[in-house]
Amino acid sequence: MSVEFDRKIHNTLADANLQLAIYTATARLKDKRAETVAPDALPDYQELRTQANAVKKHTIENLDYYLEEFERNVEAHGGKVVYAKDGTEVADFVLGLAKDRGARLIVKSKSMTTEEVDLNERLEHHGLESVETDLGEYIIQLAHERPYHIVAPALHLTRYDVADLFTKRLNVPRETVIEKQTAIARKVLRQKFLAADIGISGANFLVAGSGAVVLVENEGNIRLTTSAPKIHIAIAGIEKMIPRAQDLAVFLKLLGRSGTGQLLTVYTSFLSGPRRGGEIDGPDEFYVVLLDNGRTRLLPDRGKRQSLYCIRCGACLNACPVYRKIGGHSFPWVYSGPIGAIITPQFMGVSHEPGLPFASSLCGACAEVCPVKIDIPKVLLELRSDVKKAEVREKRNRLEKLAFRAFAWLMTHPRLYEMAGKLAASAAPPDGSGWIKSVPAPMNIGPLRAWLSQRDLPPAPARSFREMWRRR
Amino acid sequence: MSRDNILHRIRTALGRSAGQAVADPPPARIRVPDVDMEKRIASMFAAIEALAGKTHRAATPADARAFVAAAIEGKSAVASNAPFLVECGIASLPGVRSGITDREELRGLCATADVGITSADYALADTGSLVMIASTNEARLVSLLPPAHIAVVPRARILTGLDELFSVVPNPADVASSMVLITGPSRTADIEQILVRGVHGPGQITVVVVG
Repeated sequence: MSVEFDRKIHNTLADANLQLAIYTATARLKDKRAETVAPDALPDYQELRTQANAVKKHTIENLDYYLEEFERNVEAHGGKVVYAKDGTEVADFVLGLAKDRGARLIVKSKSMTTEEVDLNERLEHHGLESVETDLGEYIIQLAHERPYHIVAPALHLTRYDVADLFTKRLNVPRETVIEKQTAIARKVLRQKFLAADIGISGANFLVAGSGAVVLVENEGNIRLTTSAPKIHIAIAGIEKMIPRAQDLAVFLKLLGRSGTGQLLTVYTSFLSGPRRGGEIDGPDEFYVVLLDNGRTRLLPDRGKRQSLYCIRCGACLNACPVYRKIGGHSFPWVYSGPIGAIITPQFMGVSHEPGLPFASSLCGACAEVCPVKIDIPKVLLELRSDVKKAEVREKRNRLEKLAFRAFAWLMTHPRLYEMAGKLAASAAPPDGSGWIKSVPAPMNIGPLRAWLSQRDLPPAPARSFREMWRRR
Repeated sequence: MSRDNILHRIRTALGRSAGQAVADPPPARIRVPDVDMEKRIASMFAAIEALAGKTHRAATPADARAFVAAAIEGKSAVASNAPFLVECGIASLPGVRSGITDREELRGLCATADVGITSADYALADTGSLVMIASTNEARLVSLLPPAHIAVVPRARILTGLDELFSVVPNPADVASSMVLITGPSRTADIEQILVRGVHGPGQITVVVVG
């Protein structure tokens, strides 16, 4: 475990207010989920999970096919698909388009994928204004922090923190009533929506057979982001794919319930391309950026591939006894909780934070609540084994490095080198036969014998090169 | 180019080749229950009310008109171009702007109106959702920008739920660029998990079922 990981965990554990905030928020989400998936509320819950798992498995195992189908359908409806291997390529695309269209102001809806590639920072670095519009994300952006939880980004902040932030950053009188704080944000952000040149969203699902982006939300900021500006860009991980719109009858039932205990979130948008002839409003341009950023790295492994089934509901965070103590910011990357513990090492490499797969009690609560049945504890175990293997490799490398360092040291000390040479020559067999062939019998066994039988060193010369040089 | 690189990496990892066909995905799971209309309406109203939405059952179009007239009294309203609103005489109520097909004009009106009035293509009984499909009749912003939304829906459009919606509209992309489900008023719980309604979308929603 890195010092940084350890320090963050201890800071969180020592903060009583934060402990209470995490505990209450996760308990609430956890209980609401349990109510809405209980057998009397949703009798076919287990069947839905099985179906969701089967559909995701099929899609991931044929991902190239569905990506191409998706691309064809987006283009058939007048949209455009762009592939990006990393954050730089995402930013380059957005910057290029913004420059071309003379865009200055971007409104953004909540997206873990854009958090992953630090899109706001990259855009702002190039002089664009990029505003988060989900209330929690907006607060987080004003505070220059990362989201604390996949579905509740500002979980760790109180109304008083928000009051301080708004006063400082928005120049408004201090306001501690939550309804009024929300009204302030609505007013500020409404102006941004109406003035924005580009709207950037994430995607909860990509529907291959429709070329559609599906987005779920409660506030209405996603609808505004994708309807008010003339350009809509959706940025999504390649794994968000599902084959058909009809599969949503399964996934939407699971997502709202697992995330926040809602039958459906307030808004579900199914968007396929720019506005069409006859439609009064909606964007004129529609782009979908398909991001790799490490995802293809975990495709070859049949066991760990299932990590890509995740629909980012956050249920595993709320169920996890570790997350509920150490919170979201202790985790080394944007994804926290059990799902963060399995995808971070795979996207970033296990050495990013070797302690991460071990920060789990393997109690299995995450797998129990996962709507797509990802066997998180199993993947954690495999990652632990990967970390250990990497450590062994590292140790072996260290031994090798040590040997070469000793050799280099010897080579840069001529006197010692000469003495070592003499010492070696004195150990040569007196009869002038091969050194290696004279290896004592007890060591000359098995595969070693075969190796030794074909190799040897020339007999030691009477005088070394150095001696001859001195006497020339 | 990243497209080809990414697709190549995926194929290599999965042991597939370019253009290789795939087996059929698991059959779609669509289960449409048999629920009679009165039960659908009761279930839909219960779901909407549980989310703090309002409901009204209008026996006739004239009844719907009277209800909406009372609800928007003294307020400014913008109505979508749905033929059903014209049929009910709601589009021609005093104080209601309707028949707008220009994007900028409509946007300006929606940004200042107190109430947005729409119909809905469908409604879902089990979740209390309205299904809005973009068209000349229904613009996206009418149900989004004003602080209150009233939807007037003929009873025949009430489906049992998501499964029936996706059996009636198996691929929404064939129909329009946008299909939105609206389930209750806009809400957030981002500050201290305290529920606040009307953060970006309408904080009040009223569903009127006619017939």
